[in-house]
Amino acid sequence: MGRYIIQRVALGLAILLVAISVLYALMITLPGDPTTVFLGPRATDEMRAVFSERLGLNNPVPVQILQFWGRIFSGDLGEDVLRNRPVATPVFAALPNTLILVLASIGWSAALGILLGAFSAACRNSLVDRVTGVLSVAMLAAPSFVVALWSLLIFAVVLNWFPAIGAGEHGDLADRIHHLVLPSFAIGLAWVGYIARIVRASMLEVMGENHIRTARAFGLPPHKIIYRYALRIAVLPAVSVLGVGVGGLLSSAVFAEIVFARPGIGRLIYESVISRNYPVVMGSMLVAIAFFVMCTLAADLVNAMLDPRLRTSKKS
Amino acid sequence: MSIAERSSFKYTAVGRLMSDPLAVAAVTIIALLVLCAVFADAIAPYDYKALNVRERFAPPSFVHLLGTDNLGRDTFSRLLFGARIALFVGLTSVGLAALIGLMLGMVAGFGPRWLDNAILFLFDTLRAYPTIILALALGALLPPGLGTVILVVVLTTFSEYGRVARTQTQALSAQEFIDAERAMGASPARILFMHILPNVLGPFFILAAINLPVVITIEAGMSFLGVGVAPGTPSWGATLKDGFDYIRNTPWLIVSGGIPLVLVTLGFTFLGESLRDVLDPKLRKER
Repeated sequence: MGRYIIQRVALGLAILLVAISVLYALMITLPGDPTTVFLGPRATDEMRAVFSERLGLNNPVPVQILQFWGRIFSGDLGEDVLRNRPVATPVFAALPNTLILVLASIGWSAALGILLGAFSAACRNSLVDRVTGVLSVAMLAAPSFVVALWSLLIFAVVLNWFPAIGAGEHGDLADRIHHLVLPSFAIGLAWVGYIARIVRASMLEVMGENHIRTARAFGLPPHKIIYRYALRIAVLPAVSVLGVGVGGLLSSAVFAEIVFARPGIGRLIYESVISRNYPVVMGSMLVAIAFFVMCTLAADLVNAMLDPRLRTSKKS
Repeated sequence: MSIAERSSFKYTAVGRLMSDPLAVAAVTIIALLVLCAVFADAIAPYDYKALNVRERFAPPSFVHLLGTDNLGRDTFSRLLFGARIALFVGLTSVGLAALIGLMLGMVAGFGPRWLDNAILFLFDTLRAYPTIILALALGALLPPGLGTVILVVVLTTFSEYGRVARTQTQALSAQEFIDAERAMGASPARILFMHILPNVLGPFFILAAINLPVVITIEAGMSFLGVGVAPGTPSWGATLKDGFDYIRNTPWLIVSGGIPLVLVTLGFTFLGESLRDVLDPKLRKER
């Protein structure tokens, strides 16, 4: 197990290094003069000279990538040249909002999805099961940004039940939760269906196993067997799937943050892309991709802990 | 049951598919989409790019079935042409991604260990970019247009096909009939293309059907964010963006722009599900 962990962590770090380096190389090589890219078309020649000197833009590309990593490892995400502040300032101001949003979405969708999945497995082939099955696929299919737009229109613009803009006042918990409802609904809806399907399938598998049969032979009430014994094992695949799904969650979060004008990493990336503020684009993407790679890694490790077969066969 | 009965229509793959009401609904939706895309010129009541400032923000009526946008363009006509874009981007990028994934996956599954590891590393690295975040990065660097959309989609999806092709190839090349081929002196290329390829293709169609709506959603999402199609192109995502910008003036844009997207996603997802049940029950867990 120890060897497996080291291998996976090393691979995860390598992936992160390569993925970010490629992105950085693209940024500095693709569209002509990098100083124009980083400083914008209105930069003076003097600004450009100072900037290329400071970032070492006259060096060959591999050296520049090494210098970029050198800055990152010394804790410097770069400088937001357009607004004269470190890139870390907006990035770390935005990060908690995104994390809260993602966690809230996972939370409600996992709770509902697990319940629905367990229920349809318990009443297999009943009308409820059939309807849940169709609904799960339907929820899975609804694009999250359409759900976000429709819920914005219905619940914020027409009915005025929830606020349309922002993340709420700092320190006012009720207000912040009120602002969280619609975005986390839009992000989580697809996951309800997905988790319900996974839990249903693994429930059916678990229900056929020996210890469940034994419990039944001892005369335990069915609801106790289902919700106490079987469900405990059946939710594990759903947990591991969530880790891998964080990428999709992050993508949905970009849309939810834009539609509901919520300050967060997704919105920061979007706004810096639109204003061509490349240092902020690079810094915020670094954080987002690192977060995603870590979640995938964590999911892999959790999976391996639960299922020893995965450890021995290194090939996924 | 006689053999004749067994081979009757009801027991063919298509027959089984058509006995599933959801599959029938799915096929109907997809057929409608294709019809809209092909005959968009004939059905559309207006030119999709014709501006009409006097009738801007017009609500749905018999003159403009789904209303007009902030520039007075007819929403219904734009959505019809949007079907064309969705289908074009979907089919092109799914085709390209499947082709690249197939090639790399078969090479990885059949080739030497180091090559397998290198290709797997490539797949893993591409998986590290959340789709929309990569789309935003490339959208910032490349000019907007269908080419950029297709590039982003292919980059983020081909590794999925690659993985399936690799697993299938590995499983197949351990089988006896491949050993027999090798013993008879068949070249690796012959083994790959004559014996492994036909066996890999089956799961690919299911994966493609499941991925098509994902791709169409990515296109709409990118266009919604303004890093997709060029301005003025009647993509469904662009219609939603116009609706979002003028949500208090033209709520019908958000409603009607989202409906085709949801319908198409539902159609292809249900079709993919049914195809999977009919063709390959083993693939149920893949996603």
